[in-house]
Amino acid sequence: MSAPAPRPRHLLDFQDWSPDRLTAMLDNADTMLQVLDRPVKKVPALQGLTVCNAFFENSTRTRTSFELAARRMSADVLTFAAGSSSVSKGESLRDTVEVLTAYKVDAYIVRHHAAGAAHLVARYSGKPVINAGDGRRAHPTQALLDAYTVRQEFGSLEGKRVAIIGDIRHSRVARSNAELLPKLGAEVVLCGPATLLPADLAALPGVTLTSDPKEAVRGAHAVMALRLQKERMNGGFLGSLQEYADVYQVNERLLAEAESGAIVLHPGPMNRDLEISGEAADGPRSRILQQVENGQAIRMSVLYHLLVGRD
Amino acid sequence: MSGPKAIILSDDETRRALTRIAHEIIERNKGADRLALIGIHTRGIPLATRLAAKLSELEGVDVPTGMLDITLYRDDLSEVAHQPIIRETQVPFDISQRRVVLVDDVLYTGRTVRAALDALIDLGRPAGIQLAVLVDRGHRELPIRADYVGKNLPTAASEVVKVKLQETDGGVDSVELWDLADLKAELR
Repeated sequence: MSAPAPRPRHLLDFQDWSPDRLTAMLDNADTMLQVLDRPVKKVPALQGLTVCNAFFENSTRTRTSFELAARRMSADVLTFAAGSSSVSKGESLRDTVEVLTAYKVDAYIVRHHAAGAAHLVARYSGKPVINAGDGRRAHPTQALLDAYTVRQEFGSLEGKRVAIIGDIRHSRVARSNAELLPKLGAEVVLCGPATLLPADLAALPGVTLTSDPKEAVRGAHAVMALRLQKERMNGGFLGSLQEYADVYQVNERLLAEAESGAIVLHPGPMNRDLEISGEAADGPRSRILQQVENGQAIRMSVLYHLLVGRD
Repeated sequence: MSGPKAIILSDDETRRALTRIAHEIIERNKGADRLALIGIHTRGIPLATRLAAKLSELEGVDVPTGMLDITLYRDDLSEVAHQPIIRETQVPFDISQRRVVLVDDVLYTGRTVRAALDALIDLGRPAGIQLAVLVDRGHRELPIRADYVGKNLPTAASEVVKVKLQETDGGVDSVELWDLADLKAELR
């Protein structure tokens, strides 16, 4: 019998991660969620380690979630925001990382507007790196928390249908979910206007594309609305925001096509009454706040998997 | 194939040792009120369950039991060569104001118990914590001692104490003493 593949050193995307390791990461999030329910929401697992939260792009929930996750595991956290750093004076990513590494940082959490930035940090630092979102490419911990939320609801991802609706073209969340969910047995339907639906994603196993939201949602166990990135919508992608909302908004009318127990997800932040109706966002099917809570547990689990043990 | 060097406790002897520990717990605590038993993964859990049944039989009191995983509290997580599996911690009652008896199979360096104490205190503020072990094999690295011991067993560092319980290992209960080299050969 051959030895199992070594544990990946980074979480940049899901390429190197086997379904078994991904499942173990979700399983351990159960324990982390228990920790977050205790009077003392902290364990000493990462005591003595320093985690650098390196955010070269604005973020509220991901940065906060990672920072809290690291603190809950007793790591020291160095938060680096590019806007108030020497990056604004022209310092390169490489120089920034080398300076931070000289401070004896043990792991990096990287958010950057350029695809591939997390790979560069991994190369220059020689330390474990967690990609917290790089350009349009990947946002693996968001996909993990989405998968975890679906699994929490239905007990398993096997055979579950997840519809992701919105601006697929610019969404790293959609790409990461399309990569992750089929690895765990789920089927993914990506749906959006043709201008926002890159055909190359159809090549991913377990992924189908459609521009018809009713078709996407039919039989879905989970329906995820993506934020419409209004700042990117000046390239002739849409006729108008209203036109988009009329067809693609996740609302009660559209959800009527889904499975009776279907849940509603959104990675946040939301444009209420644009990609998702207030009723759907706040209604009984919504698991949006659960996603936020699960995000912290998942990130604790990711940190544990990357920073504990040397197999 | 070489087997264990010695059988330290047979099935019957294991049962008797647990019965004696149950009596000692009752004696020391003047009954079983406000007690709780928490087993440390893996074999501490069935031992805690058995002690609770024995206390119930002797005192007519249901003593709540829980299970504790100490993985996230280990002091060697940055050094371990493999990644420890996190198992379930389940303490479905408030430990505050209760006297908690931690239960484990073997007491050795004391590091597991140290981690368990930290984990337990994060769950609440018990009125007191006591320690019950089936075997105390010595070689303590921390100032920790057991309040209740099934069998004191002086050992060499090159030896392994192997506890087998019906619930976790099938067959009958036993405590065996092995040479580490023989046990490795057996497991190959």
